[in-house]
Amino acid sequence: MQFLNGITLLLVYQLIGEITVRLLGVPIPGPVLGMVMLFVTLMIRGKAPESVDQASTALLSHLSLLFVPAGVGMMAHFGRIADEWLPITLALLLSTVITMVATALIMQVTTRWFAKPLAEKEGGDE
Amino acid sequence: MNEPGLQDIWVYLSASPLLGLTITLVAYGLAYRLYLKTNSNPLANPVVTSVAMLIILLLATGTSYSDYFEGGQFVHFLLGPATVALAVPLYQQFSRLRQLWLPVTISLFCGVVIAAGSSIGLARLLGGSTEIQMSLAPKSATAPVAMGISEKIGGLPSLTAVLVVITGITGAVLGTKLFEWIRVRDDTARGIAMGVAAHGIGTARAFQVSSQMGAFSGLAMALSAFATALLVPWLVDLLEAWIPA
Repeated sequence: MQFLNGITLLLVYQLIGEITVRLLGVPIPGPVLGMVMLFVTLMIRGKAPESVDQASTALLSHLSLLFVPAGVGMMAHFGRIADEWLPITLALLLSTVITMVATALIMQVTTRWFAKPLAEKEGGDE
Repeated sequence: MNEPGLQDIWVYLSASPLLGLTITLVAYGLAYRLYLKTNSNPLANPVVTSVAMLIILLLATGTSYSDYFEGGQFVHFLLGPATVALAVPLYQQFSRLRQLWLPVTISLFCGVVIAAGSSIGLARLLGGSTEIQMSLAPKSATAPVAMGISEKIGGLPSLTAVLVVITGITGAVLGTKLFEWIRVRDDTARGIAMGVAAHGIGTARAFQVSSQMGAFSGLAMALSAFATALLVPWLVDLLEAWIPA
């Protein structure tokens, strides 16, 4: 029952998000607005209910599965990808590498500049 | 397939969502097992192997993508509620986030602008059509967000979905190697970069490295979904004004 309540609540927030986006003509996708509204609700309530926690853990722990049907969609775009394979593959690969490297370096440098030193020590390396 | 019995079963199955849904879950289950067998080698990313298995299967049986998607859409649909669900890790990490709000804000803003700007710029430089450039622009955001933006700025949403998946896989496969290479060892910075560049697929990978990296990657993915939705349409207008295609 907990899980069902949680997933229902997530769907209700998504629905409210989709409706609001359409009513107000805001340029952001419905699920994103739903996420913001759920976040605000959690902040106001001061804790995440067990049901929402369960449903979100279940969905997020198998997040890669949810991308599989979209990935299979590649077969419907083989022609287009073959036509423009060079700009698509190079732009995608280089841009992803550049974004990842730049963001990591910017985060590392700005953390040293601005953040209060964190007391805890982490053993993050594999 | 000469007996009418088998033929009938095939006709029934290919018209019902049951087959598409089941093969998606079975393929992912197999791919995930393979991934664990290789000690979570990023090259054996379960999205890559399951997508490859499914495409080969569909091509071999002559099944069209739209027939497959009758069933696949149930899994695909869950990307929406999963995006809403990101509010929970965001809320749980809020105290860390508040401590780091300035570096996180700066990194996110730069990351999102670099992701969209570099993909439009590189695709244009390499002679890609406007449609391709616009389909690539939101590629680092999570699928439902990227598809929505792509539609707004003149890309092909279904092509964007594919590019989003390939971007996520690229990030998940290359991520840890890249971070070692540029000597970023802090899991907070690694997580933020993974989430900004490679959304959910990168986040799934980040959780395998450490829970802290995963949490920050999820956080970055949630915030950059929001930032991409706000910034990318504006960035596209700006680029159009500066460098006419």
